[in-house]
Amino acid sequence: MDLTLEVWRQAGESAEGRFETYDAPDVSEDMSFLEMLDLVNERLIAEEREPIAFDHDCREGICGSCGVMINGKAHGPQLGTATCQLHMRQFEDGDRIVVEPWRAKAFAIVRDLVVDRSPLDRIIEAGGYISAPTGAAPDANMIPVPKESADAAMDAAACIGCAACIAACPNSAGQLFTSAKLAHLDLLPQGQPERYKRVEAMVETMEEFFGSCTNHGECESACPKSISIDNIALMNRDYLIAKLKNRKLAGQH
Amino acid sequence: MTTTTLDSKVPSGPIEDRWDNHKFSINLVNPANKRKFTVIVVGTGLAGASAAASLAELGYRVRVFTFHDSARRAHSIAAQGGINASKNYPNDGDSAFRLFYDTVKGGDYRSRESNVYRLAQVSADIIDQCTAQGVPFARDYGGLLANRSFGGAQVSRTFYARGQTGQQLLLGAYQAMMRQVHLGNVELTTQTELVDVVVKDGVAVGIVTRNLLTGDTESHSAHAVVLATGGYGNAFYLSTNAMKSNVTAAWRAHKKGAFFANPCYTQIHPTCIPASDEFQSKLTLMSESLRNDGRIWVPDKVGDDRPAADIPETERDYYLERRYPAFGNLVPRDVASRAAKKEVDQMKGVGPLRNGVFLDFADPIDRLGEGEIRERYGNLFEMYERITGEDPYAQPMRIYPAVHYTMGGLWVDYNLMTNLPGLYCLGEANFSDHGANRLGASALMQGLADGYFVLPYTIGDYLSESLGNEPVPTDDQVFKDAETEASDHVNRLLSIGGTRSVDWFHRELGKIVWENCGMERNAEGLEKAISEIQALKTEFDTDLRVLGSADRLNQSLDKAGRVEDFFGLAELMCRDALHREESCGGHFRVEHQTEDGEALRDDENFSYVAAWDWNGGEKPTLHKEPLEFEYVKLAQRSYK
Amino acid sequence: MEIYRTDVGKKYAMAISGVMLLGFVVFHMIGNLHVFQGAAQINTYGEGLRDLGEPLFPRTLVLWAFLRVPLAAAFAVHIHAAYTLGYTNLKARGTHYQSPRDYLVANYASRTMRWSGTIVLLFLAWHLADLTWGIKTVNSEFARGDIYNNLVFTFSRWPVVVLYLAAQIALAFHIRHGAWSLFQSIGANNPRFNKFRRTFANTFTAIIVIGFMAVPLGTVFGIIH
Repeated sequence: MDLTLEVWRQAGESAEGRFETYDAPDVSEDMSFLEMLDLVNERLIAEEREPIAFDHDCREGICGSCGVMINGKAHGPQLGTATCQLHMRQFEDGDRIVVEPWRAKAFAIVRDLVVDRSPLDRIIEAGGYISAPTGAAPDANMIPVPKESADAAMDAAACIGCAACIAACPNSAGQLFTSAKLAHLDLLPQGQPERYKRVEAMVETMEEFFGSCTNHGECESACPKSISIDNIALMNRDYLIAKLKNRKLAGQH
Repeated sequence: MTTTTLDSKVPSGPIEDRWDNHKFSINLVNPANKRKFTVIVVGTGLAGASAAASLAELGYRVRVFTFHDSARRAHSIAAQGGINASKNYPNDGDSAFRLFYDTVKGGDYRSRESNVYRLAQVSADIIDQCTAQGVPFARDYGGLLANRSFGGAQVSRTFYARGQTGQQLLLGAYQAMMRQVHLGNVELTTQTELVDVVVKDGVAVGIVTRNLLTGDTESHSAHAVVLATGGYGNAFYLSTNAMKSNVTAAWRAHKKGAFFANPCYTQIHPTCIPASDEFQSKLTLMSESLRNDGRIWVPDKVGDDRPAADIPETERDYYLERRYPAFGNLVPRDVASRAAKKEVDQMKGVGPLRNGVFLDFADPIDRLGEGEIRERYGNLFEMYERITGEDPYAQPMRIYPAVHYTMGGLWVDYNLMTNLPGLYCLGEANFSDHGANRLGASALMQGLADGYFVLPYTIGDYLSESLGNEPVPTDDQVFKDAETEASDHVNRLLSIGGTRSVDWFHRELGKIVWENCGMERNAEGLEKAISEIQALKTEFDTDLRVLGSADRLNQSLDKAGRVEDFFGLAELMCRDALHREESCGGHFRVEHQTEDGEALRDDENFSYVAAWDWNGGEKPTLHKEPLEFEYVKLAQRSYK
Repeated sequence: MEIYRTDVGKKYAMAISGVMLLGFVVFHMIGNLHVFQGAAQINTYGEGLRDLGEPLFPRTLVLWAFLRVPLAAAFAVHIHAAYTLGYTNLKARGTHYQSPRDYLVANYASRTMRWSGTIVLLFLAWHLADLTWGIKTVNSEFARGDIYNNLVFTFSRWPVVVLYLAAQIALAFHIRHGAWSLFQSIGANNPRFNKFRRTFANTFTAIIVIGFMAVPLGTVFGIIH
């Protein structure tokens, strides 16, 4: 199939950016979206033009490196699919495809389609962990975990940290990412001792970088792992408790 | 070639006591003194992140470098199937000794017994550790951990978190490390690639890095340097490795004197999705667990073009079940892979390019119902459909082997230290535990064992000797020279001004390596490959085109440096394969096979680790570490 | 209130004030329907609101202390939180997308809350001037206490009818998203009941809007005269 691309090119954070138009002829429908970009880049290099910079690594939808807006949708038209797993059979011959980087104030454009997502690491750093120093762990089967809880924790833990939720959110809110990380740990018995400290630290760090949630649900649809916004409600509830609860009593149950 | 014998520093005594005795006999660093030591960790996969977290918890000052934008992206994240541990929760007779035994046997008797036993011993602690960190392992309805049998193991010892075990374990290690970042014990630098290991008076004293966003070359010194930078499977171009996985850190250490061991041991994973065209950038692995239920077959007739459903039972060849009645579709990876290659080479391959075999779920769907199959493999089936556009519930999957893991790597002793004092190597980047072939679900185990439970003990033995010594300052001449060399190197790549892209060279290199040093190797092919690689390297040096500049993100430039190192590694891999006149595990020399076409080892002459010395760029020199088998009897593997 | 300084806290404030406003809207709508029982009934109802709490409390105290002031406060909080959050969100985007967005589920209602809210607010000002304060320039025939005739007069003017109906549509959009969203903001979320939340919001909106529209339409069609 023959396609026309409009790709955002920007030399660096402070440089002026613009869309540039490229022809992408002879694209096979079995190619992934990124392989299509590889092909365009090969042609650009042949013409002695600098290739398009884009983030990618595992190309199997798990590392969370890739992600661009494709025709106004985060990760493109296929639901529950990261950009690297999007295949060209989702498009039709003659399509015009607009490719733009994630946009959020907290995500500076590094180059072209590459953005700096380090604020997500700051949120984790603030409290997105269970303090379990190496060697201190009891036997793994000492604390049974109800299957339903373990499964729900896994659903939340499936987050790949691609930031599509924030890119897709009309408010650039970081709620889905943060709440998924929280739910992963808070739904497990191991996560209980630090639960309220964690939600406080992570929510407040999140708010330093991102907008606020107005419950559009756009994040959930953009998420390549289809993580549910139910996690956001859980986070909101825990946050209120964190602010009101007398935590000295938390060891009672 | 000259040969010397390497000292693996393996402790003596009964194998089950060796690790405990060793931990007791090596020197400790007093808790108050730990903060006086700086350790550099390069790489933030399972091994790197777990090591960084554990060292920081102990009180060392840790500096971590990753070329990713976040420490959560390393390719450990893509491991699907699970992690082995000899917990014996299912009460089916597992033990540290059995896991040790299976690993040595599975590695085709080319691994170091003491290391493997230690790995089996600490495997149980890993599960405890990860569970405490909140890794959401699969559980039974009673709330206890679920286990499955994996890759043909006779016991159920594999723990898993859906098809995302690697991701969950990595997140656990990453989060533990980020906690230490928060506490100020780990200083994390992202988007920064190692370009050189700095050695002074034969001792590793630091590294030189290049900031991928600004191009700045910087020196960092420390009391010890730990490389946890993954495997070199991308030397084949098409592999299941991530696009950025590379050998650069290990290779540059090798060029500074670290020995590279067993590079020819590469693992080919039997269940990957076949390539669909020339522009395929990587291959996607599908969990081996699919072989638990799926049946592998090809049409009997050469060039049978009918859709799978139209080929009657009598005209199908379930070749694994036919050739290996006892293990059937669950034979080890190397056996399953070679068998598939044999069928495809006989023109019995299926699919548009005839480059695959069928993995058929029609029988299990009949027997268990589609719901049950969806429950077990739903996410894998979805992934397959997304990539191929074919519905695996309605027609068989097509699979073909692909390069997946590399058992070879930097040579390390029992303490995980390379032959360069102060330089350690962990995880897939070292050669240590898997011998000539790795068992399924053992890579995650090894990475975490090294990082959580081995290095934190053994590094103290080395550090304690340098108490009171400051790290070599970064304005020392060795650092300055290394920096100059690094920037010259970058400038040279940019100034070649040729016509071919770095991807083109990588693809061509991959073809040579896959063709001649892939699933089957022979002397003639390997010799040809070495000369072809050298010729292509000359072309690379004169005809490479890297556009743009070094002072901002330049992905072609980053890749050019990595591909250049693959040239060196690929050549060494072929040399190693050529010298190893036997077949074992992932190394199959067609000249050395049994009448049935199985791998034929030569224990008398090749029961050693081949550790190669860069030798200043002259012809590499071989050092041998003899392997002794006191506890596992050498035997021909048989899966009949 | 420390929690109000955070965005999550502000969303709680919006949800709680929103619940109060929804409560007001429900009772206002039900009260309005007295108009169909005739002039005497609705006028008595109006007086009754002032008499609430008598003889325990002085006349109109309950109306002011428990209804009007809290309601005004809820409005103030709702608007303040909405404004500040809106500003935060605007800043959080930085550069806007340079190509058109293609929203998947963010619907018209959810994306226009600030506009539907503004319309409702402007309408409220008119409505108070028209039927509560009886400002002569807005309602020249206003007579305090004679709710029935005030209504009949105001809806005898067709632009006013159009204004009221339009405001109800804005209100419909606003509470349709709000009545679903508030559960999310206060963390009242349970997978067992989530599927009813959308139905609840839709039904609730329909009842309120139909109830409110009944009065101007009833006047137009001569049921109220």
